[in-house]
Amino acid sequence: MDHKREEEVQRMLNIKDKIFQNLHGFDEPFLEGALKRGSWSNTKEILSKNQNDVIEMVKSSQLRGRGGAGFSTGLKWSFMPKNTGKQHYLVVNADESEPGTCKDREIIRNDPHTLIEGCLIASYAIQATKCYIYIRGEYYFEYIQLEKAIAEAYDNGLLGKNACGSNFDFDLYVHRGAGAYICGEETALLESLEGKKGQPRLKPPFPAGVGLYGMPTTINNVESIAVVPTILRRGSDWFKKIGTENNTGTKVFCISGNVNKPCTIEEEMGIPLQELIEKHCEGVEGGWDNLKAIIPGGSSTPMLPKTVCETVKMNFDDLKAYGSGLGTAGVIVVNKNNDISEVIERFAHFYKHESCGQCTPCREGTGWMFRMMQKLVRGEISPEQIELLENVTKQVEGHTICALGDAAAWPIQGLIKNFKSELIEKYNKRNLKAS
Amino acid sequence: MSNHPGLSNTFSSSGEKFEWSKESLKSIKMIISRYPKDRHQSAVMPLLYLAQEQNNNWISIECIEKIAETLNMPKIRVTEVASFYSMYNTRPVGKNLVQICRTSPCWLRGSNKITNTICKETKCDINETSEDNLFTVVEVECLGACSNGPMIQINNDFYEDLDEESTKTILDNIKNNRPNKIGSQKGRRSSENA
Repeated sequence: MDHKREEEVQRMLNIKDKIFQNLHGFDEPFLEGALKRGSWSNTKEILSKNQNDVIEMVKSSQLRGRGGAGFSTGLKWSFMPKNTGKQHYLVVNADESEPGTCKDREIIRNDPHTLIEGCLIASYAIQATKCYIYIRGEYYFEYIQLEKAIAEAYDNGLLGKNACGSNFDFDLYVHRGAGAYICGEETALLESLEGKKGQPRLKPPFPAGVGLYGMPTTINNVESIAVVPTILRRGSDWFKKIGTENNTGTKVFCISGNVNKPCTIEEEMGIPLQELIEKHCEGVEGGWDNLKAIIPGGSSTPMLPKTVCETVKMNFDDLKAYGSGLGTAGVIVVNKNNDISEVIERFAHFYKHESCGQCTPCREGTGWMFRMMQKLVRGEISPEQIELLENVTKQVEGHTICALGDAAAWPIQGLIKNFKSELIEKYNKRNLKAS
Repeated sequence: MSNHPGLSNTFSSSGEKFEWSKESLKSIKMIISRYPKDRHQSAVMPLLYLAQEQNNNWISIECIEKIAETLNMPKIRVTEVASFYSMYNTRPVGKNLVQICRTSPCWLRGSNKITNTICKETKCDINETSEDNLFTVVEVECLGACSNGPMIQINNDFYEDLDEESTKTILDNIKNNRPNKIGSQKGRRSSENA
């Protein structure tokens, strides 16, 4: 083995450090397989710990939320009031709808017990005796798998009264969404769960104080919850050793678009982007030099040009430093065979379609931005209008109740920032033809 | 806002009364028990699914009236929810609702070709239902199987890693009452590198 190859092998995430050992479903997904993979092995012991200790352990592992914002999971849990006498809730956000993202799907259908055990432990830590998993409606197969796994857990005394023999009573329910991206926003999700239109609530009050049915509520992403049992079992130091300070642990990446082998893969947090693509996806279609840009964390994160893709590491802070973000780690690769402005135009269509209609800048802005993007794809907007478009994205950004307005603005800003000269060239070329 | 383009937001009457089936009534009891006692409204989404399932995959005015009565909710609240979420069909659809993902990750891998194939094979344009009522074809936003694009959803099932040929095979199987293999059409188990 030559030196370079050896180094490569060493850098690959050790199989023993993978939390989701059945991410791709080659083993039995249900209880029998889950027990073999170590789920539920000492849950009773974990639940005998002090609730604050559990929160402290998650905090010290530096686990950051896997749903996009990257907020410390342990810290979020610590915001929950204690001993209120009220019903507390844990709500798990399985409304995975960000274009480019398909990681929670694999966890739910192939390793559901990691999530179910995580729900129990997290709920214990925040004194919630009830938990709802809000799964997107389109994930019908995943919903059936999850229901089956939950029924198994009830039948084996892992959930319900005196869950795992811990004296902690806990109920877990699944609620299906019905095709609204906005319900991935945590307060819209709560509205939806209460049987209303999924329109985000104004914050404050924050869900930790006034959440589901007005009760203290924590909302976490599937992956954030599903990694918790392993962190508590193997210790926060083990988790911290993977990745770098403040960007710890493993992460499930989903790579789509113009790569030779699109896939979903659990890797070390902070793996270089180029390495991720070359190693797990067998490279860009047409070779690395055929790369146009990469959207690193789902549709709402601004794109990275090729030069940045060569050096950037896939973690929260590194991507932020380049003006983008890790988001959901849904990596969308675009090569030179495709028109990058059409990629963004399709995102603009997406956001127009998914705007809940509550705030004017978003409701009207997403439609306007989409129509401008349509023209831009055809090379019909002048340099001045490109500037106007950029200006309007900034009027939408930050002026809405939730982040959908921002999410609609950022991809367009990213396009203009990186490829402005090309967009102008497109316009000039078209005008030349016309004259 | 988020209904399928072309599927109108106004509801129509099916012309006959809607009553819950025995099985549905059983499910309703179970569904309501999942939510706090004074929070029956939370059951509106599961009940809309239930009604849709019982009503040939669409929600009529009569369904809405029944749900409002069952959950003791104003009709307008049920209507609001039914029209907000795109998975509740506000008009009759064909036996197979074919939803084609059009968002960028699938588009980068050729979803346009899949759309063309489907329109040709079903003789439907987007948002149309075939004459034999076998297919309704719609384009939808990201369905969350991006590493397996291009992909479509037919009723509850995902068909992934498609090309023109496999898409045609799937539709042919439906036309000829043959079973289809759901998931990847290129032999992948899920979204592993293979």
